[in-house]
Order: sequence, then C-alpha cells, then structure tokens
Amino acid sequence: MEGWLRADGRKGIRNTVVVAYLVECAHFVASEIVAGFRGRDVQLIGFPGCFPNEYAARMMERLCTHPNVGAVLFVSLGCESFDKVRASAAVEASGRPVKTLVIQKAGGTRATVKAGQDWVSGALEAVAHVPRVPMAVSDLVIGTVCGGSDGTSGISGNPAAGRAFDLLVAEGAACIFEETGELIGCEEIMASRAVTPELGQLLRESVQKAERYYATLGYGSFAAGNAAGGLSTIEEKSLGAYVKSGDSQISGLIKPGDIPPTGGLYLMDVVPDGDVRFGFPNISDNAEIVEMIASGAHLTLFVTGRGSVVGSAISPVIKICANPDTYRALSEDMDVNAGDIIEGRRTIDQVGHEIRDLVVAVANGQQTASEGLGHREFILTYKSFDPIGPACLPRIA
Amino acid sequence: MTDPVTGPFLLLHPDDNVLVARATAPEGTEVALDAGTIRLTQSIPMAHKIARRAIAAGDTIRKYGMPIGIATTDIAPGAHVHVHNIRSGYTPSVVLQDADGRAG
Repeated sequence: MEGWLRADGRKGIRNTVVVAYLVECAHFVASEIVAGFRGRDVQLIGFPGCFPNEYAARMMERLCTHPNVGAVLFVSLGCESFDKVRASAAVEASGRPVKTLVIQKAGGTRATVKAGQDWVSGALEAVAHVPRVPMAVSDLVIGTVCGGSDGTSGISGNPAAGRAFDLLVAEGAACIFEETGELIGCEEIMASRAVTPELGQLLRESVQKAERYYATLGYGSFAAGNAAGGLSTIEEKSLGAYVKSGDSQISGLIKPGDIPPTGGLYLMDVVPDGDVRFGFPNISDNAEIVEMIASGAHLTLFVTGRGSVVGSAISPVIKICANPDTYRALSEDMDVNAGDIIEGRRTIDQVGHEIRDLVVAVANGQQTASEGLGHREFILTYKSFDPIGPACLPRIA
Repeated sequence: MTDPVTGPFLLLHPDDNVLVARATAPEGTEVALDAGTIRLTQSIPMAHKIARRAIAAGDTIRKYGMPIGIATTDIAPGAHVHVHNIRSGYTPSVVLQDADGRAG
C-alpha cells in the first residue's frame, strides 16, 4: 500500500483538492468552480449557515486538513459569520496550498468562478508533487455507519462489518463506531469491553445522554414493528447495530473531530452536549459519515439492508449490502454482498475477510462503487459539544 | 455443532444458545441440533430465533455471544424464543415506551 505523505506525518489514500463554500450564498459559485473539473479529483464541501458555530468551524478545519486532502479553496460571500481567517490559517499551518476568494470583493459570480478555476488548476499541479510513501493498515482510520437498515442488517451485514473491524484492529488500525442512540440497552455490555473502568463509565454515560436526548425529541426505542421483525428485547435490537463494532476491547470515546491517537476501537459520541438545540443529532446518513471523516476516517464502511446509493466527499464509502434481494436490485451501487450469508453461500467470517481485503484495496487506490459513479455527498449542520476529558483516550507510552 | 449454518438457521456466535432464521422456516422443517434433529412445531419467520439447546427458566439468552434477555420459562431445543418466553434484562435509566407506545 502507498499513500500521500502530509506535513503532519499522516498519510492519505486520496489526493483531493477541496472547494469549500462558507455560507449557502457562496454554494453556487463554489459548485461552478468544481464543475469545471469533472473527472478530476476536485470536490465540493461547505457549511450553509450564516450564524457562527464552533462545532462547524472545528469540523471544517478537520476536514480541510484531512490526510486525503491536498489543497483547499474557500469560497466566501463576504458578510457571513464563518471565521474564514481562522480556517485559512489552520490549512496553511498544515502545509497545504490554501486560497480564500470573497465574492463581494472578487467581482461577482463570473469573476469568482474564473479566479477559482485558475487557482484550482494550479493546486492540481501542486498536489501532484506530494510524495508517495509506503502505508500500512496501522496507518488507517476506518469508520462504520449503517443506514436503510432492515431485518437482515443485524444478522449479516453488521456482524460481517464487525468481523472486519476485529481483523483491522488486530492489524493496528483505528476503527470508529457510533450511533449511541441505537446502543440503548447494551451500555453495560459495552462498558465491560472498555480498557479501563473510567472509560466504561464514560461509555455508559454517553448512551444515557442519547437516551435522554431522543426521549426529549419524542422518540422511544422499541416499537411494535421490532417485535414483529423477531427482536424480543431492547438490548437485542441495540446489539444488532452494536455488533458492527466487533469483539475487540474499546480503547476510547471520541466526539466528532477528535482524532484517535493510536490504533484500536473507538466509540464516537455524536449526540450534542447540553440541552436539545439545533434539532436531531444527525439529520441523515451523510452527516454521520462526515463526522467520521472529521475524526480522520480514510474510508467508511456503510451497512445497508433496504439499500442506499450514497458515497461521500473526501473519503471513500464501502457499501455492504445485508439483504440479497436488495443486492440484486442495486448491485451497481454496492461493494460487498453480505446477502450471501442470508442465502447460506458464505459465512460471516468469509465476508468479514472480504471487507478487510477491500479496505486495503480501496486504500491502495481502487475505486468504490459510489466513487466510480461520481457520488460525493456532503452535509454539515449546527451542533454543540463539550470537549472530551483525559479518561476518554488511551494513554500513549 | 460448530457449523455456522444449519438449514435455514444461522449460529451468529459459538457462545449463543439461540439460532436465527435467515429465511422463513416452515412448520415441520427438520433442524439438526446438538441434542438431535428436531422438527419445528410452528413456522419461524426470518430473523426470529429458536433455542439451540434446552434453556432453563432464569438462564441468560445469548445472541452475538452477548446477553439479550432472560428466559421466563423452560424452553425446549428448537422452540421459538421470543417475547412470550424471555424478558429484557435491561433497566432503563429513563422511562422508555413499550411496544404499544405507552410509557412503561
């Protein structure tokens, strides 16, 4: 495996030029800049809000200094609250080429698109000179999410993803799972896997926070449809999602944008701290994927039963289809057919090994289904978090 | 039994005392268990569970190798394992809603 070496020592599996709008008012201009580079690795991200938000600012910095990113163009309208000076300084400090265009000062739509495309052309040449270096599985950060789940997710796709996580953690990778709102009922089981009792208590508290948060939003956790689908208890339902995490010890608890300091298995707490503000924690699957990427994920495993077609900006998405019928209907959009487990053709262990091998191939440049189709979804919204404490992370010798 | 697939059933983890249907298993389907071959006395829908071996009242039910509840009655090998013979072992920290949407 080879990757692109960044100044901070991290290694990327892609070498993307990112164009980031800093308010919805600059979205169109930024997308017009990107449209001039179809077929090249130039990708659009952005934040739509005009009001300032520390979470969004931190996420944007993490995303723009992600190891898969080689250069960044910020597109500002001019009067939005986003701190573009801070964002630009963070990218510059990371050793990457960076430029900020302000539409109000650059002469409007046409002039900004022209200036942006000129800069991106130069940036593409610059990132072509970033050194390629050997890369190991232990250099990788891998996230997992699930979306469009059905009865097959918990018995084929999620256990296979968990098996792949076991293999990757054993090879030294940092693997991240999340969805504390779907872990209600298995907090004791999860706490028992923590490397320290202090971490175990923090894992428990993160699920209790999710429980309170979703209860405030009016969402219970166990519905009649779950029992009809064969789930007997709340802990059984939650384990169906939790099993994506595999059997490894849990090394740490992170929040979006915290980067795992070493290999191991990490829980990401995605539920905001404090009172319920800004609505649902993550409004769609891509919001979860973006948080994984902000925490350094080079790629994300996405388990689906009913079917999803999404990919992501910045980091490739490997889609694992749990349901064999869905796989047949959407095979062009899927990377792994875990439905083979349902049909008795392969075991969980065999599919887990396939996922692990595919992670290495994709890290080495092979395109995922969604990359090949051009998917580059991205969403970033308002949230609020308190910083994590020292007991959340493993001690580095 | 170490085979992870037994007819229409999956063994998700070696420590489990339940098997999960990977497709709807009709009544009368023969299933080879450690205790011998049993015949299903009812249809088992996809993703539902049967007992892998005899389970005594009070035993922990394991799926994925992890506890998913407690048997409320003795359960024979091959019998359907569901809300009628197991209960949650979980004590919620806030009030959850039950299957009918009532606060429980």
